[in-house]
Amino acid sequence: MAENNKNKVVVSGAPRNAFMTFVFDNMGILAALIILCMILSIFPGTSEYFLTVKNLFNVLRQISTNLLLACGMTMVIILGGIDLSVGSVIALSGVIAAGCVSRYGMPIAPSMIVGILIGVIFGLFNGFVISKTTIPPFIVTLATMNIARGLAGVYTGGSPVRVVSKEWQWIGAGYAAGIPVPVIIMAIVFVISLLILNRTKIGRYIYAVGGNDMAARFSGINVSKVKFFVYTYSGIMAGLAGIILGSRMYSGQPTAGEGAEMDAIAAVVVGGTSMAGGSGKLGGTLIGALIIGILNNGLNLMNVNSFWQTVVKGVVILLAVTIDFFRNKKKA
Amino acid sequence: MSDNTILRMKNITKTFPGVKALSGVNFDLKAGEVHALLGENGAGKSTLIKVLGGIYHADGGEIEIDGKPVRIESVQDAEKNGIAIIHQELVLVPYMSVAENIFLGRELGNGPAVNLREQEKEAQAMLDKLGMPIDSRTLIKDLPIAQQQMVEITKAVSTNSRILVMDEPTSSISEKDVENLFGIMRDLTSHGVGIIYISHKMSELQDICDRVTVMRDGEYVGTKVVKETDRDELIAMMVGRQLTNYYERDFLDPGEEVLRVEHMNDNKRVFDVSFELKKGEIVGFAGLVGAGRSETMQAIFGLTPNSTGDVYINGKKVEIHSPTDAMKQGLVMVPENRKEQGLYLIQDVKYNTTIEVLDQFLKNFRVDNKKEAEITQKYIDMMSTKTPSHQQCIGNLSGGNQQKVLIGRWLASDPQILVLDEPTRGIDVGAKSEIYSIMNELVKKGVSIIMISSELPEIINMSDRVYVMAEGKIAGCIGHDELSQEAIMKLAAV
Repeated sequence: MAENNKNKVVVSGAPRNAFMTFVFDNMGILAALIILCMILSIFPGTSEYFLTVKNLFNVLRQISTNLLLACGMTMVIILGGIDLSVGSVIALSGVIAAGCVSRYGMPIAPSMIVGILIGVIFGLFNGFVISKTTIPPFIVTLATMNIARGLAGVYTGGSPVRVVSKEWQWIGAGYAAGIPVPVIIMAIVFVISLLILNRTKIGRYIYAVGGNDMAARFSGINVSKVKFFVYTYSGIMAGLAGIILGSRMYSGQPTAGEGAEMDAIAAVVVGGTSMAGGSGKLGGTLIGALIIGILNNGLNLMNVNSFWQTVVKGVVILLAVTIDFFRNKKKA
Repeated sequence: MSDNTILRMKNITKTFPGVKALSGVNFDLKAGEVHALLGENGAGKSTLIKVLGGIYHADGGEIEIDGKPVRIESVQDAEKNGIAIIHQELVLVPYMSVAENIFLGRELGNGPAVNLREQEKEAQAMLDKLGMPIDSRTLIKDLPIAQQQMVEITKAVSTNSRILVMDEPTSSISEKDVENLFGIMRDLTSHGVGIIYISHKMSELQDICDRVTVMRDGEYVGTKVVKETDRDELIAMMVGRQLTNYYERDFLDPGEEVLRVEHMNDNKRVFDVSFELKKGEIVGFAGLVGAGRSETMQAIFGLTPNSTGDVYINGKKVEIHSPTDAMKQGLVMVPENRKEQGLYLIQDVKYNTTIEVLDQFLKNFRVDNKKEAEITQKYIDMMSTKTPSHQQCIGNLSGGNQQKVLIGRWLASDPQILVLDEPTRGIDVGAKSEIYSIMNELVKKGVSIIMISSELPEIINMSDRVYVMAEGKIAGCIGHDELSQEAIMKLAAV
């Protein structure tokens, strides 16, 4: 058996170039993204506008809230779960934060922190129920989705809570160093999420619990703690997205973020994360969010009506996962 | 035995992209015989069976049934020709009754209506005829594995199959159930059914099989009459070389006591279990499936809520509430069910090796990739794991290599006491022998091992002492010199 000791190990020591790995893993959607950008930059109706700095910032600002949610959602889905409540939490955190300012006269910053706390509370609650019981995450978050949406309606009576203040708009519509603030927030959150998922123990544990719950338990991983963390993180993302959206719309709207959970799930799935859990990468989610955002932007520039935009979005999701299906089939 | 050959496979060839899975394999089966198909993992047994079952289509060769050439191109073709396969992983619907499962896909009744009562009656008659103590109305999920297997057999026989393939039917049932199964098999053969029997367990061949065909690396090695051959010859045929010292074990004098468990109870499957383990010892835990061996270990590791009992490590009492606590005391367990309780199947070798020792290379948002690769390589070398790369998805390795990665993972945390629950289940003889020799090396270095196993030969040959459990209690302890199958079974049988 001595001859086995010198096993050929193709890749060892220094890691494969991380960038190349990223390109290789996401070849399909990356190609789609590039083709999409190329079409938009040569298509007569969009070519003179698409590649301007203003428009690109515009795209990034538009995807910022979706990517925030998608960062949390990527972790949730890798964990083998789902979080349907995020869209509604956006509305609730937005209206409460706006209410703090306009109804109770609180300063802007603490009001926004209260908004984020709403997200934390819902995240903690989801995490608590999901980690302590065997109720499926789909059901738990379906319930909290309704609760949050309903509370937002109850609090506002159905009409927007307006905030007339320049500072309120800074976080959603302002600029810092020439870059839209929500884009900066998005970038920071993305990097933090990337670090958590790839360079911390809890990040690896998320893959472990999603890949094999039982093995994780036998390995002494505190499965409940991991679940708790992930749903809370997703809740924080929703709270953050809520105040950004509220700020951009000068008001807390009880209907804000309707369907936002689905857009986040779409970005994650287009990005190649498996709904079965255990595998997936944030890099893919970024590309997924970009594809959806640029597509919306392009169709807007082409003046396609919004109903058709929704149809196209559906087709793209289907296409992306179909490509993925065939790629995986080849690998197996 | 008459000479009526019911199945003849001639010169079967099957190529997958880049791999010749079968080349010129011959196999024949007579009515009323049990014909074993033997070979290491990857030898081509499953491929051959899948060709027979219509799941794969052979590139070349002929299949004859009752002397007439037939073409088997689909599962339906196989069924039409009286071929039934009982897969290793049972394919029954858990939330349906026994009767519904037996008639699945060919329900009794008129038109779209299903006559459940008729099905139950028919199914019961069949079960009774085969002497199976099962109620046809029971839900599959409520039956133990051994009985589920009997349902599979009944289902196969109910389609009037004459050629029955059984893929490792005894890998997850207890000795007593094995006896039952053999009884049923003998009954079937006496009615003219031919059985192709795939197993890794040599000891079973003598008991149940008439002939044995050995395969290696996709090729036909030879066919022997079981009575005219022996274990050593068959192993040599399988691995292509003589395996000297199959059970490698140097028995040395054990050292100080490292682990003592007193009055362990989980009030369900474990009752007042006490035992001890010395430095450099391998202590076997034998007993029937369900005797409470795994449950005892799980109670010790804090995996069972409400368990009571005292654990002493190196003479000091310790509190263990979770596997993490156990690990801190140098106590680790490689669980029984690799795929369900151990591996992250979609992750690679590296991930699976290092998940327990992340501390060593993952700090302050920095990953020390070099260190991680070093750890991985160290345990690949130590275990002689065969893998093309660190990035190989673990699901694509053979069972033996998966097990090596899993043991490596736990060794990485540098344990003092290693609990191995069925360490060689479902892996081939070559890999088994390697695992035995690794165990031997480990105890020589002062690690102590508890080995739970349902395979008596390995328990007997590897253990310094054996605790036999029955119905959740320790039935007795046997020293190495008094160990024998009879001695163990006498204590284990209830």
